[in-house]
Amino acid sequence: MLYFSKWKAFAILAVSAIICLMAVPSLLSQSAYDSLPSFLQRKIVLGLDLQGGSYIVLQVDAQSVRKIRLEQLRDDARRVLRDAKIGYTGLAIQGEAVEVRIREGQDVEAALTQLRTLALPIGGAMATAGQLDTDVSRDGNTIELAPTSAGVQARTIQAVSQSIEIIRKRIDQLGTTEPSIQRQGADRIQVQVPGLQDPSRLKALLGQTAQLTFRLVDNTMSPQQALQGRAPAGTEVLTSQDNPPVPYLIEQRVLVAGEDLTDAQPGFDPTTREPVVTFRFNTNGARRFAEATQANVGRPFAIILDNRVISAPVIREPILGGSGQISGNFTVQEANDLAILLRAGALPVPLQVVEERTVGPGLGADSIRAGLIASIVGATLVALFMVATYGLFGVIANIAVAINVGMIFGVLAMLGATLTLPGIAGVVLTVGIAVDSNVLIYERIREEARAGRSAISAIDAGFSRALATILDSNITTFIAAAVLFYVGSGPVRGFAITFGIGIMTTVFTAFTLTRLMVALWVRWQRPQRVPI
Amino acid sequence: MRLLRIVPDDTTFDFIRFRRISFPISALLSIVALVAFFTMGLNFGIDFKGGTLLEVRYANNTLNIADVRSRLETLDLGEVQIQEIGGDGEVLIRVAQQPGGEQAQQVVVGKVRAALGEGVEYRRIEVVGPRVSQELLSYGIVGLMMAVFCILIYLWFRFEWQFALGASIANFHDIVLTIGFMAIFQIDFDLTSVAALLTILGYSLNDTIVIYDRIREMLRRYKKMPTEELLNASINSTLSRSVITHVTVTLALLALVLFGGRAIHSFSVTMMFGVVLVGTYTSIFIASPLLIYLGVSTRAMAEKAEKEAKSGHAKAERLAP
Repeated sequence: MLYFSKWKAFAILAVSAIICLMAVPSLLSQSAYDSLPSFLQRKIVLGLDLQGGSYIVLQVDAQSVRKIRLEQLRDDARRVLRDAKIGYTGLAIQGEAVEVRIREGQDVEAALTQLRTLALPIGGAMATAGQLDTDVSRDGNTIELAPTSAGVQARTIQAVSQSIEIIRKRIDQLGTTEPSIQRQGADRIQVQVPGLQDPSRLKALLGQTAQLTFRLVDNTMSPQQALQGRAPAGTEVLTSQDNPPVPYLIEQRVLVAGEDLTDAQPGFDPTTREPVVTFRFNTNGARRFAEATQANVGRPFAIILDNRVISAPVIREPILGGSGQISGNFTVQEANDLAILLRAGALPVPLQVVEERTVGPGLGADSIRAGLIASIVGATLVALFMVATYGLFGVIANIAVAINVGMIFGVLAMLGATLTLPGIAGVVLTVGIAVDSNVLIYERIREEARAGRSAISAIDAGFSRALATILDSNITTFIAAAVLFYVGSGPVRGFAITFGIGIMTTVFTAFTLTRLMVALWVRWQRPQRVPI
Repeated sequence: MRLLRIVPDDTTFDFIRFRRISFPISALLSIVALVAFFTMGLNFGIDFKGGTLLEVRYANNTLNIADVRSRLETLDLGEVQIQEIGGDGEVLIRVAQQPGGEQAQQVVVGKVRAALGEGVEYRRIEVVGPRVSQELLSYGIVGLMMAVFCILIYLWFRFEWQFALGASIANFHDIVLTIGFMAIFQIDFDLTSVAALLTILGYSLNDTIVIYDRIREMLRRYKKMPTEELLNASINSTLSRSVITHVTVTLALLALVLFGGRAIHSFSVTMMFGVVLVGTYTSIFIASPLLIYLGVSTRAMAEKAEKEAKSGHAKAERLAP
């Protein structure tokens, strides 16, 4: 146990030193860090609880995915049946399916064939071959189209991917450093933005679908009349953002939608000096908008964002240039944000904020200070106690523990892992466990010596017996840490990471470094009795 | 230099006989813990209960708790807890989960901000919706059970089943007592508490295994020693280590409790209780004496060794040369 070949001793020292050195880039200033070769540019990321920032989890609502699919199915069914010239009645969404009644019995088969074309095979990794996203079934003359749950799930996953892209575009506009946007599970998106003072703006940017449409206002009756249940077919009542909200009767037909915008910029109206958003259509949008405004001079049209009327100006003259402006009593920031939303595009489905955690920079700095003080105090107390108990061997243990801590940070840096406040607690606790491994060894050595062994034989036997125990006890603790990592989230995971790494480095240092140091001491001193 | 020696060499305490006192004490404490858990309940934090938490600071002694309270009461947000923390104008505001799903939680922060007005530093804002809090709770419970299960399996492979069972009973005892402690002192039970529980589990096991390891070793070496005596000898010979490790962990935790800051305070306090008060006690006074009842005996061990030797699968034993 106490013999080390030269190359082995060298290898142990080299590995320990290299792992410890990996922690160094994390301590450098940003400019020094940037000048490092790229393979050394790995550092520990401070968690949001230490550097301050916002953590937000958004969820795609499977229910609204289903609803959107149902509306789409209804519209497609109408188109398909009309194209095939099949008479039908009562085409509507009933619960979780679209139902339609075919007028003539002999048409039902033909209708089924046509409607079956609407069911598409599910693509993507989640699908089993040949599965369709819609069940088409028949009951007498009634045909039912029901989206399958596998289909809805596939669409949800797709919606998450699309949303991540759009969210990234939106957040990039905020100009914050290193935002992280990740998929979480099947239907969630986790957004982390470090160093953000006020999350309400971020949430406003993320929480809006930003579906922009230009539609005509229906003037055939007042919105109040329509609200009493006599709205003409193809119209709906939408309200403005004002307080109290003003209702408008709006045609459902969309003249131009947000997809046809190529650019949107905040600006000021030259005459009123009020903040506005100027926009530009693509060719297709410009043509459609020109046609619509030509045909409806004198009528009001509405600019609608997420089913809210932003403004409803009257078309004074045809707008042919393919650009225009939106004004709606915006503040400068609101105009700015609306421009961001329009540039980034609409989310495919609404997202809900299901979890939010924000830590201000002040608290983060306090936490770092508290963590540092606790670590230093804890380490000093433990180190003093070890020296008091074991003398020179205590010093050896302290060196091993110090290198152990250095290695934890080195591994964290190599993994690019996140250090959180619970993570610091994990390091402090690792110090406890690392010291324990030394205690186990030393106590065993003492025992062996008391049992009558010579000093060298006692040290040798003490190591070999204690190491088996160290391995057993650390594996069980490691299992706890691994489970914690697996089920934990956010800060808890941070704790599990440092604790788990700490256990591994502890076992490593106990088996190698402590042993090597004691072996060197034995070779140098040739002790006659155990010094502890 | 004279070295510090807390535990004298060659102690011969009769730990095993002490079980006649320690078992009833533990049973009583477990009952108290369970009663506390079922009557007082855990003080679930927003991680598991959902709701909103704001930590705000008023600069330069401008904090007026009564004013904060009256401002927030007009909001009609249901249950609102206001707690002054630290000494420099910091308040913790907890708003219970609002009825009406995920969206309803989002308006709380805006309302509170509007009510408190300008000149307030928002140090921390957390909003956990009903769906996430449900999940976090079930994850926490699943995590705890999974950890216990995995460790059991490992111990079963590595030791005899009696040891695995003994360690799990001891473990369970630790968790029950710690949860009782959290119920009695109404310590925030949140995600970090689950981490604390798992760490307590790990630590306590670590301790137990060190003693079990020694028991197993002694069982192999002294085939004729009476079980009680053997268990006692095992505990006594590892006692010095138990105590010294205990002291070092206590020192590390003490630093966390005193200086680690409020963000991990409930974590540190829980750990302090679980590791320092319960963990070591359990390993010595519960886990080890339990082995007697679980049928670990030198005779059984000897027979097993014989059988293994006959079938030719004798394990390489770590015996004295």
